[in-house]
Parts: sequence; structure tokens; C-alpha cells
Amino acid sequence: MTQPQRIPGKGSIDRTRPVRFTFDGREYEGYHGDTVASALLANGVRLMGRSFKYHRPRGVMTAGSEEPNALIEVMENGQHTPNVRATMQEIYRGLATRSQNRWPSLSFDALAVNDRLSAFLSAGFYYKTFMWPRAWWEKLYEPVIRRAAGLGVLSGKHDVGRYEKAWAHCDLLVVGSGPAGLMAALVAARAGADVIVAEEDRQMGGRLLSDAPEVDGLPGDAWAAEVLGELVELPNARVMRRMTVTGAYDDGSYGALERVGLHLGEPGNLPRECFWRIVAKRAILAAGALERPIAHPDNDRPGVMLVSALRAYVRRWGIDPGRTVIFGNNDGALDAARALTAEGVRILAYVDPRPGIDPVEEFRVYRGEVVGTTGRLGLKTVKFRHKGGTSELAAETLALSGGWNPTLHLACHMNARPNWDDAISAFVPRDGMVPNLTVVGAASGQFSTAKCLEQGAAAARAALAELDRKVPDIRVPKAGDGRYAIAPLWSVQVPGHAWLDFANDVTTKDVVLAAQEGFSAVEHMKRYTTQGMAPDQGKSSNVAALAVLAEATGQGIPATGTTTFRPPFVPVSIAALGAGARAKGFAPERRTTSDVVARRMGAPMIEAGLWFRPSYFPRAGEATWRDACDREVKMVRESVGVCDVSTLGKIDVQGADAERFLDFVYTNTMSTLKPGRVRYGLMLREDGHVMDDGTCARLAEQQFMITTTTAAAGLVMRHLDFVHQAFCADWDVRLISVTEHWAQIAMAGPKARELLNTVLEDPVTPESLPFIACMSTQVQGVPGRVFRISFSGEQGYEIAVPARYGTALFERLVAEAEGLDGGAYGMEALNVLRIEKGFITHAEIHGRVTAFDIGMDRLVSSKKDCIGRSASLRPGLIGEDRQQLIGLMPVDAQEPLTAGAHLYAKDASARAADGQGYVTSVAYSPTLGSWLGLAFLTNGRARHGETIRLDDGLRGRKVICRVCDPVFLDPEGGRMRA
Amino acid sequence: MPDLAETDAFAGLDLPITMGECRLATCAPQLITSVAPRNGREAAVDAVLRDFELGFPTPGKMIVSGSARIIWAGRETAFLMGVEPPAGLRLEAALTVQSDGWAGLHLTGSGAEAVLARLIPLDLRLSTFAVHDVARTLLNHMPCLIFRPAKTAFEIYVFRSMAGTAVHELTEAMRSVAARQAVWQE
Repeated sequence: MTQPQRIPGKGSIDRTRPVRFTFDGREYEGYHGDTVASALLANGVRLMGRSFKYHRPRGVMTAGSEEPNALIEVMENGQHTPNVRATMQEIYRGLATRSQNRWPSLSFDALAVNDRLSAFLSAGFYYKTFMWPRAWWEKLYEPVIRRAAGLGVLSGKHDVGRYEKAWAHCDLLVVGSGPAGLMAALVAARAGADVIVAEEDRQMGGRLLSDAPEVDGLPGDAWAAEVLGELVELPNARVMRRMTVTGAYDDGSYGALERVGLHLGEPGNLPRECFWRIVAKRAILAAGALERPIAHPDNDRPGVMLVSALRAYVRRWGIDPGRTVIFGNNDGALDAARALTAEGVRILAYVDPRPGIDPVEEFRVYRGEVVGTTGRLGLKTVKFRHKGGTSELAAETLALSGGWNPTLHLACHMNARPNWDDAISAFVPRDGMVPNLTVVGAASGQFSTAKCLEQGAAAARAALAELDRKVPDIRVPKAGDGRYAIAPLWSVQVPGHAWLDFANDVTTKDVVLAAQEGFSAVEHMKRYTTQGMAPDQGKSSNVAALAVLAEATGQGIPATGTTTFRPPFVPVSIAALGAGARAKGFAPERRTTSDVVARRMGAPMIEAGLWFRPSYFPRAGEATWRDACDREVKMVRESVGVCDVSTLGKIDVQGADAERFLDFVYTNTMSTLKPGRVRYGLMLREDGHVMDDGTCARLAEQQFMITTTTAAAGLVMRHLDFVHQAFCADWDVRLISVTEHWAQIAMAGPKARELLNTVLEDPVTPESLPFIACMSTQVQGVPGRVFRISFSGEQGYEIAVPARYGTALFERLVAEAEGLDGGAYGMEALNVLRIEKGFITHAEIHGRVTAFDIGMDRLVSSKKDCIGRSASLRPGLIGEDRQQLIGLMPVDAQEPLTAGAHLYAKDASARAADGQGYVTSVAYSPTLGSWLGLAFLTNGRARHGETIRLDDGLRGRKVICRVCDPVFLDPEGGRMRA
Repeated sequence: MPDLAETDAFAGLDLPITMGECRLATCAPQLITSVAPRNGREAAVDAVLRDFELGFPTPGKMIVSGSARIIWAGRETAFLMGVEPPAGLRLEAALTVQSDGWAGLHLTGSGAEAVLARLIPLDLRLSTFAVHDVARTLLNHMPCLIFRPAKTAFEIYVFRSMAGTAVHELTEAMRSVAARQAVWQE
């Protein structure tokens, strides 16, 4: 028979929809609406996992996200998701799950030997045990412990599942959908406020579902359904199920994890999870309370669960728990015993240590304490002592209730501490722990249904009033207002292992030991014993553990205090936090207009910032990139090459004070530039170091177009904006980026002008457009600009046209260039060309060099001030001690140089103290037939002609080099001006 | 007549696309001129534009007149779209042609807000971001200019070079939102 433990007709599962799934390879049947935990219980399976340290057999303890025991792995398409709480994973057709932390099987686990050795494995054992011999730690102890530790197994594959991140904004966020939460949501939603109700369960209602207290004459679940029916019809209310609010952050921001498609066998394009960032003007925390167990010997066997879990499994999932013993110390447990009896559950005994407990009930009541249990893989008997002696009863279920802890975690996320309330033996929130967050209902320590409803309504009204909204007149429904009494009982004082933290296997003995060894502060105890450090973060153990600690130290609970509650409230997968950031989602791709042409030509693309640029354009017969690169360099030096340079930043600067502004941001003078002329310019940071270089073209009296390097385009724009706003806001200057509007193509080589003139309507001559001049002109019928500038040392031009024509212009120029024995060249050749010519890039101006270091101190005008000038003159930033830009050539021309290598005197040792500099750029120059390098060398400019050793410790290279001028080719610039 | 072929910023991308309650299409390329009033000339710029039933928009707003629109685009800057700048404006403001620098997408449908909630951190509820409201913000990692021409429509402008990524991001968000709408969730 399937599902033998299911009570006919009971529960909100859909019995018309049976669902088959597997656990540890065995197929089970449950119903739609079941969790793995409820479906396994229905099938009589109580053993669901093994504990972390001692590998003790464990069953389900709770019916919610706080579950410490029943952690399982879910397998889908070769992926494993470990540490899934069986209480949260809904079953679907074909769901495959398995237990974890056991070998070879769940019922026979070899590492259960740890349990036998538990006397040696108490808290802190590894700090004491694995001290000697010292060398063994790395070689033996650590590998063995690492293999034994950890929960669950990952597939080792990339998680290619769909995840999502989203924002939501609302007037009121209600966390939890029990009586307090629903009432708050209803009041606010009826007032027209934008409300989000977040509920981590698949069903809204909280304890209304499992306890079903009467509300306005209706069973709680029916009332909840009625309220929900109204909320979902209101356009201003968002009812979000399967969503756990995980953290409270600044300015009304909350994090929340939504399980979107994890309950579906075929989720299609539905994301698995969505991580929400909710911004709420006001928030109401109505997350209820979490029940806590009582520590007594062997209180961790499969079949031992919390009273609240028992109620939920009976009422919501129709589970028959079999013969049941309840052990509680509060009125809630007693109420539960009555309610469960009414539901037909066989309560063999209700055990309660409180004096004055009334023995007249429909079940046997014992004033006493549970002192032990038996049953290796599942509870068999429960032993308890009472006035009449000690009894032992055969039972399948033992339900524990040590009282309730308000779920106030979110309220503590901004580091506020809760107060201890003796009346309910629990921590309760204080006002104002998180700005604009109000805690209501059981989360505030209020356990009567009537008070929860009232508080929910009142908090919503207060929030509405603060938001200047009309407060609707809504009657709060009638409900029970029962008293909740409790007598604290944290652990039963008898010998034996009594578990506090089930997830991390921490017993009362461990906590007492921590206190004995001096770890008597609660945060120290936590770290010494690992209590509260498991995936459940000690939700059901923190308070009991610190109470046991308080007893051991004699300090009392309020003085002992709690550990810090930090986000997230439940485990959040990294995949959800990083949703959308895999592969193409990692960063935007910026593509030039010629991208499509370059790819068609087979060019491998390399990234330059976010841009993609062609590395080289391979041709038939070329075996390596070097073959292509050498050919392209030669092509530029001998005929003509074409290269897309659109990625360089372009900034339009206009205004009556534009020239004054540029004089202020550039080291050199731009105000003397005549319209139609271009000048190289250098910019410094305020600290005097070089920020960027580029060109400045004067298009008109009051309009300039400046260029930046590709990498620093954003940086320079930000810098200029800052300078304008902070230092000269009253100057008439306006700046705007035009990087994307213009496609700009460079032509370089002796035939550059010939190539340029093939696309211009009015051909240029050296006289009409001399070196470093610019003009507006018609390019194939399109208004464009031409600049005569060069980054290769050859005759060079750049044409700019509106981006829509970029693709066509590049194609046209490449075709024309090929007709002139030229063609396209890529970044590799561009780099070689500029190194041959000693032109710098951000490899050289890397942020730690001054204009002096790169030999451009004469470009820092002394006739005017500029950003960074004063700072650049500080002692230490100029002089012989500085490492200065030099050229390097290996004595053996064919010996490769490597960038990143350091420079030493020929026979000096390769120590930091002997370091004289470092290499920034290298290339093989086909023009000069030698390797070349650019480097910084102490007092380098005075040392041209010396020999020096390049030492690359990383790649194991040592090369003797000659120091020379960084301009290797055509130092007079005749080719460039031709 | 230009002898060079034009290439659309979205060339090679499969648009328009419809998924669930949402449609993504390209905005037709149009003349875009940035208008940045010179020092102290804000009122003069506003006056020139008013003659054309426009005006200089306040931060976060846009003004529409027929096919002409002027959209706030940042500090002391607006984008004039769809028309040549009126004569006389150049005396009062720095004008810069931006037409080819920006790629515009048109996202419409009842699911548009939900799609954008996956990519844009701003509160785009109609009550907060009304018709003709404008923002400079991020579309996931991309700088963008977004405005709301109608209740269930948004126009999103990104750098031309990022057009492909923008379409990819929006399409993925549309896919997820459509899946939520399509899946039967009891």
C-alpha cells in the first residue's frame, strides 16, 4: 500500500493529483501539494538524513525553512543541488532526490563510527588533538578532515540554470501571511497603498493553515482564503508566495529569495529562483515565531519533531504520526495535544514539568520530563520520569515544545539587539530596530490570535497615516484571546547526549565545556562549539544554547545576550545573487561599426575595456598570429593600412570658455591652437601623475573635439565633468561625449593620402591638410571630418563619419587599400607600430608615472596653471632617482623580451633591493629585425648605451639588453610629416 | 546622395519580438541633437523652444509637440529629437549632433514594467514614473536614457555599441516574465 501514514480525507493536498518521485533511488508516491518531507512521512519514511559530525540518523524536525535535519540533494539533468531542505522542496513528477552525508547508504553509514567516538570528538577536539606532530596537519589531518566534513556534493559542472534578479517598489512590505500579516495587508491594500505580501510557504496563511484557530466564526484557513481572494483581486496588492525575505538593509531595502520554478518538473523558461531587491516605504514584520525543542538525551532520533511541525503535518498534509508522546513546557503544547486529539491523533502521553498542570484531559497527562529514547533508525520508545516513577512507552513520534522564539531576525539585521522577556522566556524586538519597520504578531512575542489581528491592523493604519493616506475603517475580526504560559526548561538534567543544535551536532555538554574552557561569552561559545553556524543558522537552537550557557556561567540570559543575526535569513544560492551575470551577462559588449566586417574577414577579436577589436586579419598561408602581424606592420610601413579607431573616446567641448577650460585640464596650451589644427595633449591627475593622453582638435573658435584613449574614455569624461562642476562651474563651457556618434577609421602608410583621396569629394594635398591639421569635408556624400594625425609614425589620416556609415566606409577603405597593396591591420600590428615609434599607451601611463618619467615634462607649461601641475613638481617626482622611460633592444636581436620583467645591473642578483626598473611593452619589430621593449629605468635617460639585464622570474628569462632612446624608428618624424 | 550604405544599430538582430504581454521593437533612427544652454541662457533657450511649442524640460521630464520631442538627458542637457534645432538656438546653447550615438528600443505591453524591473533599479510604477517622465539610469550594466511615452510603453536609448547587449538583456527578461505569465501556478 502506498502512503500508509496518510489519514483519509485530511489535509490540503490535492488527492486527485498523485505525484511520483524518488528518494535514494526508490520511487514513492505523494500528492500535489506535498513536500518531500510530508510525502516521505506519508510513506512511513522517517529516516531522511545523517547529522553533520556524528552521522546520527535523523528525521524531519520542522515543517518549514528552519529545518536542521532533513537536508537532501536534488538531482536534475546532471546537476546536484545539495542541502535542500526536504520541508521546503515540493514534489513534482520525476523529482529525483537523495540523502547526503552518508556512505555507503543512509541506513548503514560507515562514518556513524564518529558517534561511538563522540567522547573524543567534543567541541574543540580538533584544536587540541591535531597539534602534533606539526607536519602531519597539512599532510594528513587536514586532508582527512576536509574529506569527512562538508554536507552534500556538487556536480562540479557550471550551473547553467536560469536565475533572475529583480527590483520591486511598494508603499508597504508585509513579511509573513499569518493572522497579523494578512490583516495588515488587507487594511493597507483596501486603503489603496501598493502592498507586497511575502510568504515563504507555497500557501499563504502561516499558522492559520496548521493550527486553524477560529477567526470570525471561520476556521483560520478558510478566513485566510477569503482574505487572499480579496487581495489578489486588488491591483495594488502583490501576493508573493514561495518568497523568503532574507535581509533588511539601508533605506527601506529588503532582499528576498523567491523559489520560482523549483517546484516544477518542466519549468520551461521559468527561472529557478529570483533574488528580489524590494524598496518599501514602510514594512511590517509578521514572520511569526519558531518553536524550539527541549534538550534531553537522544532527542534527535527520526520520529522526534516539534509540536508545531506535528500539527502542520497532521492538518496540512494529513499525516498520521502513529503513537505519539508530547513533551512540552507551555500552554501552546497543551493546546496542541488537545487539538491533535480532536483530529484523531493517538496521544499516549502528554509530559509537562510545570507544577499545577491539570491531569484531567482526554489523554494521559504526566507532570514530568522525558529522559531518553530508543530506536536506532527511528524512534521506538520514549522514557520519561514523573511523580509515579519512570515510564517507557512504545511510540513512533515524540513531539517537543520548549516554547517559542519570535522570528525577529530581520529586525536585528541592522545590528540592533532584542530584549529578553521573562514572561514568554524569549527575546522580543524593541521599537525602531530597523527604521520604518514595525514588528507585529508572534514575531513581537504576541501569541493570541485576536492580538495578532489587532496588531496587524494597527501597524497598517499607522503606516498609512505616516504615508499621508486615508485610513479605512475596517473592523478587526473576532478571534480567540487565549493566555500563553510557560515555565522555562532548556535541558533535562540527566546523563546522556542532549542535542541543542541538531544541524551541527552540538550538545548541552559541548556548551558547558565551552564555558569551562573560558569561552563563556556567547559569541565565543558559538565559535568554539559551532552552534548556530550550520545552514539553519541555529534557528531552533540559539536561545536554548545561550540559556544553557547562562546556567553554566551563572550570568543569566539577559546578561549573556544573543549572537548577532545577520542576513540572509535562509541560505541564498550564489546563482540567484549573481543571476544574469553568466557568460554574455557578465558585462556589456561594445561593438564597433566595423565589427561585422572584421569578423567576416576572420579576425580574432580581443577585448579592450568592453570593446571588441580585431587582433589581426589572417590571410591564407599564415601559420601564426605573428605571421599576420609582421605582414600588417610591413604593409603599413611600405604601402597603407586601415584600422578602426572608433573606440577612442571623443568629447565635444564648446563655449566661450572652452579654450580656457582646456588650458586648465591639459598640461600644454590649447588656447593658442588655431581652428583647423590639432595638438597632442597630456592630462594629469590632481596628484600630478599622468592620467591620459590624446589629441585636441579645434573645429571652430568656440568648439573643440578632444580624444582620449579607449580605456580612459569614461575616466576622462568624469574628470572633466568634475573639474567643471567643482572648480569652474561659472565658466561657459559645455561637454558631451560623441564617442558613439562618430565612426573613425585610421589610414597609415606612405600611400595613406592616396587612399584617403579615393573617398573624398575634394582630394587633399599636403598643403591643404598638413600634418596635425583637421577639416570638415564630404566623404562619399556624407558630411565627415578628416584629421591628419598618426599613431604609427607613418603618414596618417583619420576619417570620421556618422556611425551609420561606419560599416560601409570601413569596407570601402579596406577594398581600396587592398588595391594599393595594403589592407586592414589589427591591434597586434598597431601595437608593434607604436612601440617602434616609442608612442605610449596605458601600459606606460599606468597611473604611477609623471610627465617627467615619460620625458614629457616640457609639455607641462610653466606659463599657466593646470590640474596636477603643482603636485607634479613635488620633491621625489622629478630627478635622477625616478625611473624614466627608455627603449630596450636585446644584444642578440632575436632573443625575445617579455613585458612585466624587471631590470637589474648585468651581474646583480634578482632581488627587489637591486631592481632598477621594469619592462612595460615589448614587440618583435619586423621593420628593424629585432625585439624591442619600452621600459622604465632609474635615471634611464642618462643611461642610453648601457647594457643591462632583463630578468623575468615568472617565465625564467634572462636577456642582456642595450638601453636606448624609446623612439626606435624615424626620430625626426619625416615619414609622419610626408 | 550619400554613396555609403547606412547600417542600422540593430542590424542582424531579430526585431521586433513579442513574448507574453510584451513587445520589443526598434525606434526609427531620427535626428537627435543635444541642447546644453550656455551660462545664464536657460530662459532664452526655453523661449526659443517655446516658439516651437516645446520648451526646455525640467529634470526628469520631456515635452512633446507633434513629432518633435525634447527630453531631459542629464545635468543642464536635453536631447531634441525628431526635428532640426530651431534657428537661433545655436546662439543660446551648445548643440551637438548625437543621432548615431544612441540606439533606441521601444518596449510596449502590460508586461513592460515587469520586464524592466529585472534590469532597472528605479521605481517605474506609473504612480512614480508617469507618462512623459524621463530618467538616466542603468539597464543592467549599461547606461541608458529611458522615458515613458505612454502608460504601457517605454523608450530605452543605449549607446549604439551596446545595442546587441541591450537586446539580449531585454529579451532574456522578457522570456522570464513571459514564462511566469504562461506557467500555470496554482
